[in-house]
Amino acid sequence: MEKIFVGQLDELAPRMGKEVIVWGQKIAVFRLSDDRVKAIENICPHKQGPLAEGTVSGEYVFCPLHDYKINLNDGQVQEPDEGCVRAYETIVENDLVYVMV
Amino acid sequence: MKEKLVLIGNGMAGVRTIEEILDRDPERYQITIIGEEKYPNYNRIMLSNVLQKKMSVSEIITNPIEWYEENQIKLINHDPAVKMDTDNKKIITQSGKEIFYDKCILATGSRAFILPIEGAQLPGVVGFRTIDDTENMLEASQKYQKAVVIGGGLLGLEAAKGLLDQGMDVTVIHLEKWLMETQLDEKAGKMLQADLEKQGLKFLMEKATQKILGETRVTGLAFSDGTTIETDMVVMSIGIRSETTLARTTTIEVNRGIVVDDFMKTTVPDVFAVGECAEHNGNVYGLVAPLFEQGKVLADVLTGKEAKPYQGSTTFTSLKVSGCDLYSAGNIRETEGINSIEAFDGINYTYKKIFVRENQVVGVVLYGDTSEGNRYYNILKKNESIEEYTPVSLLHMVGEEASADVSEWPDDEVICGCNGIDKGTIMTAINEKDLTSVADVTKHTKAGGSCGKCKSVIGDVLAYALGGEVVSAPTGICGCTDLSRDQIVTQIYAKKLTSSDEVYRELNFTNPEGCPKCRPAVNFYLNVAWPKEHADEKESRYVNERLYANIQNDGTFSVIPRMRGGKTNPQQLLLIAKVAEKYDVPMVKVTGSQRIGLYGVKKEDLPKIWEELDMKSAGAYAKAVRSVKTCVGANFCRFGTQDSMGLGIKLEQRYEFIDTPHKFKMGVSACPRSCVESGVKDFGIIGVDNGFQIYVGGNGGTEIKEAVLLTTVETEQEVIDICGAMLQYYRETGIYAERTAPWIERMGFDVVKEVLLDPEKRQELLSALDEAVIGRRGNPWDEVVEDNNTRQELYTVGRV
Ligand SMILES: Cc1cc2nc3c(=O)[nH]c(=O)nc-3n(C[C@H](O)[C@H](O)[C@H](O)COP(=O)(O)OP(=O)(O)OC[C@H]3O[C@@H](n4cnc5c(N)ncnc54)[C@H](O)[C@@H]3O)c2cc1C
Ligand code: SF4
Ligand code: FES
Repeated sequence: MEKIFVGQLDELAPRMGKEVIVWGQKIAVFRLSDDRVKAIENICPHKQGPLAEGTVSGEYVFCPLHDYKINLNDGQVQEPDEGCVRAYETIVENDLVYVMV
Repeated sequence: MKEKLVLIGNGMAGVRTIEEILDRDPERYQITIIGEEKYPNYNRIMLSNVLQKKMSVSEIITNPIEWYEENQIKLINHDPAVKMDTDNKKIITQSGKEIFYDKCILATGSRAFILPIEGAQLPGVVGFRTIDDTENMLEASQKYQKAVVIGGGLLGLEAAKGLLDQGMDVTVIHLEKWLMETQLDEKAGKMLQADLEKQGLKFLMEKATQKILGETRVTGLAFSDGTTIETDMVVMSIGIRSETTLARTTTIEVNRGIVVDDFMKTTVPDVFAVGECAEHNGNVYGLVAPLFEQGKVLADVLTGKEAKPYQGSTTFTSLKVSGCDLYSAGNIRETEGINSIEAFDGINYTYKKIFVRENQVVGVVLYGDTSEGNRYYNILKKNESIEEYTPVSLLHMVGEEASADVSEWPDDEVICGCNGIDKGTIMTAINEKDLTSVADVTKHTKAGGSCGKCKSVIGDVLAYALGGEVVSAPTGICGCTDLSRDQIVTQIYAKKLTSSDEVYRELNFTNPEGCPKCRPAVNFYLNVAWPKEHADEKESRYVNERLYANIQNDGTFSVIPRMRGGKTNPQQLLLIAKVAEKYDVPMVKVTGSQRIGLYGVKKEDLPKIWEELDMKSAGAYAKAVRSVKTCVGANFCRFGTQDSMGLGIKLEQRYEFIDTPHKFKMGVSACPRSCVESGVKDFGIIGVDNGFQIYVGGNGGTEIKEAVLLTTVETEQEVIDICGAMLQYYRETGIYAERTAPWIERMGFDVVKEVLLDPEKRQELLSALDEAVIGRRGNPWDEVVEDNNTRQELYTVGRV
């Protein structure tokens, strides 16, 4: 795994996602309201919705296309829907954001 | 070793019994539940609401998978039991699993009864029982036009309303003279039919279906009187049959249902039955209240408590179709010895009938106003004598009705009929567990968790218990709160809440950051309430409004530039063409409201395209004033009486970019030929010789509604003013995501009319609107084009 720099913390707006493409993988990066940063695959398991455009609430994002609710910690789709997306570890150092890919 | 308890049937009665057992003695059994459906336990009753799109499937799950885990229940799901060996105390499932039991509960429920007639096997013939059935029906409603529901009972009517709500043309076929004939008398049945007809349902009464027509799929029905009807789908809702297949593989006695005694024991030792599969004293019940009563008795039996024998249930019914409030309980036939008291109020269109035997209430039918349902049910259940009541009381004064005041109710007054929860239990739970919302009460006591009709009374009890501090509403705006739109808005003003975070905190939302349903709504209410103090919250807006472009199904976006009144010119067309070519826009289309749309644009290209187009956004993504559709009118058309294009442009200019609870569409036609279909616009204008007719509340959306004539005015200025007043009135009183048609229906057309036509009120609204939108009406695309930060934050994609 490698530590990939994806941007500065202040380039991320709280509760709004941003897509970063790392070696062809689409990753959605989110800054939560308490400034923690989460990263998951940017493709909803349902119909490929871009999760970065979803509504962020607490540690969850709701897919903008059909409202699948996905846990940002482990990428798990919440009941009653099923599926999961890859979750990536993130590191924030000196306001610089890294994703482990 | 703990004793092994196996439940067959992961439905309402069975799981409820398990909950009661866990309540009494969580350590006693090692529990296994075998279920046939692929979902965890859910509230079957609410399928009607799912079909009417008032709730989602996830909202009706009562016990999620975690519940099974937390309680160490082994769940064998999506794998029905197919054989039962009561000698060796063993059950075999379809996939071949063998499960041994010490005690076994059968709770296999029932199946929709399908008329055994020709054609019943054809695709397109469905029952209404499970989540899968519901989803099939929703899917079919997308593809097909016409549906027939056979059976005008509770379930059939709820199914019919659901399909109607999905835009289908629905006819209900009923064998009897009136609807719900076992629960309603003729008068109430006919009132119900009239109300449902008003909502758009069609009925064929006293018709017996003889066969279902079609080769590869249903195409129609033939009746015994020789007539036929065309249809694409048939919902059979003529009754249910207890599911007893499994029990029949054993020596257990089965009649209509699995025979049980007063302690829910079957005729074979250690095997019990509850719910719709069970027959007690010759009765099989098809409603939840009795099943829960049975569950309690069985839980007592299985945990070694002294159990009171089950003595059958008095049932009651209400219908989950809005606009049709009915309530029926007990015996409602006027047989010998039973007399009735009847009252019909033709002004409010309400009806009540009480059936009395020897000074005791034995049955009740209420239509139109069911607020007293619980009270009568309690009198009925307790066999109270009614000597002390005035039997017919007309026109009593406001406040005279002690019944409405929960504080005076005795503790044993049942509040949630489905679950048999009385006021005392709720009060105790509220006080002991510090409950503050209706949802909490439901979680801890189950009251309100079934049909949900009692939620408003629970709210009253809660308010009373908490000293009137917290007023909880029957239905919240989403799963994060019990508060209704009105309560939230009132609190926003009362407590001067100026940010979403404050709203969520102060009003105790269970979810501190809300959900996609309430966040945009709260943001909108705050914008209307505090246009100056509240900064619009981008993170609460849905992606379309956040990015000022519509998200398409593949994650790309659409760009629709503004062409006021639908009018364009060669320069604009050239620009659009150039941009479309340069950015490889896959599709260019004239939209439904006479604008040109570029579809399939990548998010990153949006700001560049806007910059190069140098046109304004048409707001085609927004819950806001959209564009104004116009006909050519007096400029070129030989019929045109007015300058429709000119007026359209003026309206658009005056009100573009103003947020409204839902999209607000306008149309201006210059003569009654109404080429822009002004009759289905939120605000539609038709030019006539001496002025303009104004139509309001027309919606061409999921539910098509014809607009209603508001008034006729002489000048363009009056049109523009009335339009502004309506916008503001709708902004102030609308529920987020409620279109103007349901809004007007809710407010009452006469009220809306009176407000908009009163010159003084109109002026007030107009000023309020102007004040609210100062500084908020720029072209949103400009902001992005000019602001590098936003561009960076929202429209770029990082690449490594
Ligand atoms: C659309 C709809 C609306 C309703 N509205 C109301 C209402 O407003 N008020 C009211 O009081 N009642 C209402 N009802 C009725 C209420 O839902 C039922 O009375 C209640 O669900 C019965 O509970 P049960 O546990 O006996 O059966 P169910 O809830 O049907 O549970 C039985 C379960 O057993 C499963 N099963 C069957 N055979 C097997 C097997 N061999 N192995 C494993 N599993 C098996 C079934 O798949 C099912 O999941 C409504 C019902 C429907 C369908
Ligand atoms: S509505 Fe009347 S005036 Fe307008 S285009 Fe149609 S026919 Fe002509
Ligand atoms: S694509 Fe994400 S919920 Fe449908």
